[in-house]
Amino acid sequence: MGLLLIEQAFNGLQFGVMLFLIAAGLTLVFGIMDLVNLSHGSLVMVGAYLATTLIEWTGSFILGILLALPSTFLVGVVVEIVVLRTLYERDHLDQVLATFGLILFFNELIRIVWGPASLYSGLPESISGHVEILPGVPYPAFRLLIILVGLLVALLIYFIVARTKLGMLIRAGASNREMAGALGVNIRMLFTLVFGLGASFAGLAGMMLGPLTSVEPGMGEPLLILAFVVIIIGGIGSIRGAFIAAVIVGLVDTLGRVFLPMLLRSLVAESTADTVGPALASMLIYILMAGILVFRPRGLFPARTG
Amino acid sequence: MILLALIPILIQFLEMPVFYTEMFCRIMILALAAMSLDLILGFGGMVSFGHAVYLGIGAYTVGIFSYYGIDNGFIQFPVTLLVCAAFALVIGMMSLRTSGVYFIMITLAFAQMVYFLGISLEEFGGDDGMPAYRSTFGGLIDLYDPLSFYYFVFAMLLAVLYLCHRIIHSRFGMVLQGCKSNEARMQALGFPTYRYKLAAFIISGMICGIAGALFANWNEFVSPAAMHWTRSGDLLIMVILGGMGTLFGPVLGTVLFLLLEEYLPEWMDALLFPGAGEHWMGVLGPLLILLVLFARGGVHSLLGRLSLRHG
Amino acid sequence: MAEVLLKTEELTKSFGGLVAIQELSMEVEAGEIHAVIGPNGAGKTTLIAQLSGSLKPDSGRILFENRDITHVPEYRRSALGLARSFQITSVLKNFSALDNVALAVQAHAGHSFRFWSKARKAQELREPALEILEKIGLTDRMDMPASSLSHGEQRQLELAMALATRPKLLLLDEPMAGMGVEESQKMVELLQDLKGTHTLVLIEHDMDAVFALADRITVLVYGESIACDTPENIRSNPEVRKAYLGDGEAITEIEEV
Repeated sequence: MGLLLIEQAFNGLQFGVMLFLIAAGLTLVFGIMDLVNLSHGSLVMVGAYLATTLIEWTGSFILGILLALPSTFLVGVVVEIVVLRTLYERDHLDQVLATFGLILFFNELIRIVWGPASLYSGLPESISGHVEILPGVPYPAFRLLIILVGLLVALLIYFIVARTKLGMLIRAGASNREMAGALGVNIRMLFTLVFGLGASFAGLAGMMLGPLTSVEPGMGEPLLILAFVVIIIGGIGSIRGAFIAAVIVGLVDTLGRVFLPMLLRSLVAESTADTVGPALASMLIYILMAGILVFRPRGLFPARTG
Repeated sequence: MILLALIPILIQFLEMPVFYTEMFCRIMILALAAMSLDLILGFGGMVSFGHAVYLGIGAYTVGIFSYYGIDNGFIQFPVTLLVCAAFALVIGMMSLRTSGVYFIMITLAFAQMVYFLGISLEEFGGDDGMPAYRSTFGGLIDLYDPLSFYYFVFAMLLAVLYLCHRIIHSRFGMVLQGCKSNEARMQALGFPTYRYKLAAFIISGMICGIAGALFANWNEFVSPAAMHWTRSGDLLIMVILGGMGTLFGPVLGTVLFLLLEEYLPEWMDALLFPGAGEHWMGVLGPLLILLVLFARGGVHSLLGRLSLRHG
Repeated sequence: MAEVLLKTEELTKSFGGLVAIQELSMEVEAGEIHAVIGPNGAGKTTLIAQLSGSLKPDSGRILFENRDITHVPEYRRSALGLARSFQITSVLKNFSALDNVALAVQAHAGHSFRFWSKARKAQELREPALEILEKIGLTDRMDMPASSLSHGEQRQLELAMALATRPKLLLLDEPMAGMGVEESQKMVELLQDLKGTHTLVLIEHDMDAVFALADRITVLVYGESIACDTPENIRSNPEVRKAYLGDGEAITEIEEV
């Protein structure tokens, strides 16, 4: 039981970190540009496909990832320049529709280029084994690596936002767009850059997800909706909020799925528990979201004031 | 105008296979759902990205009744209304505390929650769904007869069109449209806007639930796919395509969208290369982007503009 | 002294570190036109927003007819008899002028959970609305969508909507904003006509209008009231002149009147 708890807690953390990578770009885009971007999930997918292919091409896991990152960045930049740029001035409804169109386009594009079947990417030997995280508790090395990379990226984003000039502009933009414009910032460049960064983080999440699950068209959308939940809980535009909310959602979802049915079985009749347990577990994070909304309609860390 | 156009189709059916009757039934059912969305989107300014959830709830209500052997429509449909009202009340109460981007994401998230609930209901087929029998109405209508079913759906569509027409022009409708136009002003005038929006949200959910109940009948099957989030996106497209904030726009948009869905693959096969139709969504996506960027106001206003130019 | 209709007690509101209204206590007497003036950023609009209920104060109380309304939501304050107009024209653009006013009448003609009968056929909404349009001089424009009215007409419509809720107290946020000389003159006349039947709190930059209309003037500087007196006394008040010194334009405006 204790072992399972530790293992599942790590799984939850890994899931949360992954969600953070997706939510980070999304929340910045929301916060700074006030843009609803549904196609963010497609960037996760694009990242996963590019990485899988490039790893195969180069024959090196690390080289593949290192090449896939700037490629996803480029895809993000192109999408921003071609479609999204014209949408900033539009209302949210237009943004929803146009980016919904982008999803359809990307899914189909992937199907045309890679075919409809799922891809599976293996892991290099060096990280396919297990590591003992605690004496007697083995844990897959790759999942541990994801956690480490995710935490590193979180630190990197925090550093960028809190310490650099770019970050200052991002924060200024998130709290007051006109002011950022008045500061003489090249808003267009800033938006493109931030979007590209967000795209590469999403792509990174996709790359790391590849070896864990299958890489297939439409793989990004369920994650996108979870990232929405993360952002709603964390507060739009807040990196700190996104991180904390992502870890909470990751933990609650993972632990809930494992332990809630168990818990119920000890409380009510087994047949009832078997029906209600999974249903309740899959709804858990949404219930959490609703609960938080009741008390904090703008999320845990509302970035925009006034 | 459009209604008139619908009736002659039936005459053609004499020559054409039943498939077309069925297809137009589906169109009318989804048009009902699109109209319900337009009530809150086009007239109330609420961008709900989880509207298919009521389609699913309506379908599941019929499906579950059917599962337990109750196929009396006089029980099924009123209960569908109640269940949808209850869901819309809870979802609306939460979602309407927020606005803008939050509202879009929250409606989507709640819809996703119900979708996963549907998947986890192993008893009712889980992911795969389960079959449902068509409703009976004490021998009054036989829904297994394609023509009767067609006219049943058609009557529902007319009834809801008329209902929406009355609502839009009623005091309530004026308040709702005022909220879309300028909510702060409405509050200053003394309207508790939250309550009115919530009421509209519930009415809309109930109408969509009826569409869901009809959908289960049409499909003789219910599954979580009916409330997949892309279905919510489709509904939004139908409303926008036809022109939101108009009575007939959503109907027009649904007809266009579903015909496109039906025939775009064939056209692509014919125009591009055989097999191209498989990737019709790759064309639909960019079409949608172009529609948003260049044809605001939908086909309805496009037609309006054209007729102005000629008239 | 006339009866006090509206009263604030040590009202305070700040945004982040910026104090917009600081311990403001003021009284508005029934039947008077009470102008609030002050340089830009003095907190005038913030004050109106708190009086009408769209903003919650951090501390302090608001009393209307001796009743504490500090925590009464905006829509219910309207029912009590408080109406406001907006600095930025805030009419319902796609509604006709008549519909705009009729909707305002509807706000206090019982609840609007009526889903069936046509609102545009309801005489009890249309007639009072027509009356008010007549009074405000927009009868010939009543079927035009509000968005196609001229700026001055939209400002008039804004006032008509506020009047249609049958308020005891009107909170007017720069009713002459962006108006030409002629339009302003018309608005001054309209407001003059309301004197006696309505109590007005008037925020305005047009000093001609303020000194022509106001019975009393409160001068707001950085969220604090530095004077509250009759127009004559305000004009000669040394503190007011000092406060306006930084604002060259305003002081010449005061002197000119």
